[in-house]
Amino acid sequence: MSVALLVTVAGLAAIGTYLITARSMSRIVLGFSMLGHAAVLALLAAGGPAGQAPLADRLVGSGAEAANPLPQALSLTAIVISFGLTLFLLALARRQHVLTGDDLVEDDLEDRRIATTEMEHTDEPEPEVA
Amino acid sequence: MEAVVGLIVVGPMLAAAVALAVQHRPRIRDAVTIGTLATEAVLAAWLLAKVNSNGAVVLRVGDWTPELGIVLVADLFAALILTVALGTIFVVEVFAIGQRRTAWGADPELAGPLLLVLTAGVALSILTGDLFTLFVAFELILISSYVLLTHQGSRGQIQSGMTYVVMNMFASTLFLLGVAFVYRATGTVNIALLAQRIPELADGTRLGIGMWFLVVFGTKAAVFPLFSWLPDSYPTAPTTITAIFAGLLTKIGIYTLVRFNTLTGMEDLGPVILAVSALTMVVGVVGALAQDDVKRILSFHIVSQVGYMVMGLGLFTVAGVAATAFFLIHHMPVKTVLFLVGGLIEDEAGTSDLDNVGGLASRRPVVALLFALPALSLSGLPPFSGFVAKLALVDAGLAVASTPIVVVSLLVSVLTLLSMAKIWLGVFWGSPVDESSNIVVAVREAGASRGGRRLMVGTTGVAVLATLLIATFAGSLWDMSYRAATNLVDPSAYIAGVLS
Repeated sequence: MSVALLVTVAGLAAIGTYLITARSMSRIVLGFSMLGHAAVLALLAAGGPAGQAPLADRLVGSGAEAANPLPQALSLTAIVISFGLTLFLLALARRQHVLTGDDLVEDDLEDRRIATTEMEHTDEPEPEVA
Repeated sequence: MEAVVGLIVVGPMLAAAVALAVQHRPRIRDAVTIGTLATEAVLAAWLLAKVNSNGAVVLRVGDWTPELGIVLVADLFAALILTVALGTIFVVEVFAIGQRRTAWGADPELAGPLLLVLTAGVALSILTGDLFTLFVAFELILISSYVLLTHQGSRGQIQSGMTYVVMNMFASTLFLLGVAFVYRATGTVNIALLAQRIPELADGTRLGIGMWFLVVFGTKAAVFPLFSWLPDSYPTAPTTITAIFAGLLTKIGIYTLVRFNTLTGMEDLGPVILAVSALTMVVGVVGALAQDDVKRILSFHIVSQVGYMVMGLGLFTVAGVAATAFFLIHHMPVKTVLFLVGGLIEDEAGTSDLDNVGGLASRRPVVALLFALPALSLSGLPPFSGFVAKLALVDAGLAVASTPIVVVSLLVSVLTLLSMAKIWLGVFWGSPVDESSNIVVAVREAGASRGGRRLMVGTTGVAVLATLLIATFAGSLWDMSYRAATNLVDPSAYIAGVLS
């Protein structure tokens, strides 16, 4: 198995994970694209060494040299799904932009409740959420 | 026989296409949706009867060998859960038709077709015999649930929808990476072959795969500490959608967790799973006690109940897994019905916020009764099905001397009852809300037509009766759960069924 491929997978996964911890939806979308690529590359790496195109008529006589078609089929399915989901994320970001003027993922309800309780106690203005 | 297994998965997809094409003709659209869901439920029940007497049914899609192609496997565990799940979806859709005439309903032009896609995903994830098809089935469920959750586009829905989508997409990506790891380690994604090959792997690889999928399926099942997306997002959707999510989605996570971990022999993970289970129970119920909205209380209870179901798996005995199976059978309909009652309360009072509802017991005694029965069942009081399920769990726990987890589970039961009492006090007792206030008048005008409301109450009534039947037939259901669990803990029959 190619070490370069594995390093690429690890790098993409690390950058992707870092990006989706961001507040802004546009960064999250980029993060998921990276993660999606990492997963697809991992699937390809799992299929073993590259070879001839795995077409039925070429397999005759030279079966051992053909690439494993199964991970490729899995990757294709995964690519289609992640493409659709990216579009859905963008639609969500757009809707959030219409509603609030930005595309930030907000604190969850429980965090907001705790923050307001503290505010009542200390009577200080709400801290800026970047 | 095999054709029926395929039909259960493909039928709703085709019906979804038809329902979308006729989305502007309400009567035909509803007839297609209801008709398909009813047929699905009947087919699943028939399949259960057949599997119960003749053994597992295996469908090789396109007649490929199991090593290369997709297989659908209806063993007893699958058939049981499938029947309960499809029956639950059918009941909710009947309720939804009544509710669509109110301000609280989902957008009917989208909700019907999407629900059918979700049904196909649920059926596929229960029946599938390979890991990658499971991934696709999860995506089917999740994509339709993303849209169902956010399709009305209100501020709260988008806010919590974002958390929900990001959390679940991340788990899906991890799933895909996990599939790659498994394929590299074993050379297959077929679950029957994995059941043979994973136990032979080196300890480190095997436990790595086990922990990885514990995180993946654990996020779907909403176990501690991966549950944070659930209590925020579920309550924002229309009641019928929340009811389906609550009754089914996390349970599919548990179902796959059970299937994967038992078949591949992950006994070593038992202590980890038990610890997760205890924390999930406690954190869920404590979270519920802190809430003051009916739907939010019930959502935190989902988390707490998930802990119970995971507990049976963590014991890794036949009795423990059987208890989990029975708990699933009990929990799916009961939880759904409670959310439907939440919908009735919302329709009646205009809100599900405990501070703004009160005295409903005197005004609508029927709704009070419909809440009380499943609430007592959820808390695990005899003679309801929840009692049988918890008794089975405690019994299985004591049999292997896992005293700490048993103590925790009993303690959490008491707290569950306490928070159910909180809903009861807030909604059904106390002083009634001011009848002439603006909000009540506005709700009355937006509320269901008489026929719609009657349909909603009637459906909930029938569903409550059905949950009572679970306790009545607990004997034979337990017997089936036990046999299903036997075939999971010892996978030789499953492997032989798929590969031969």
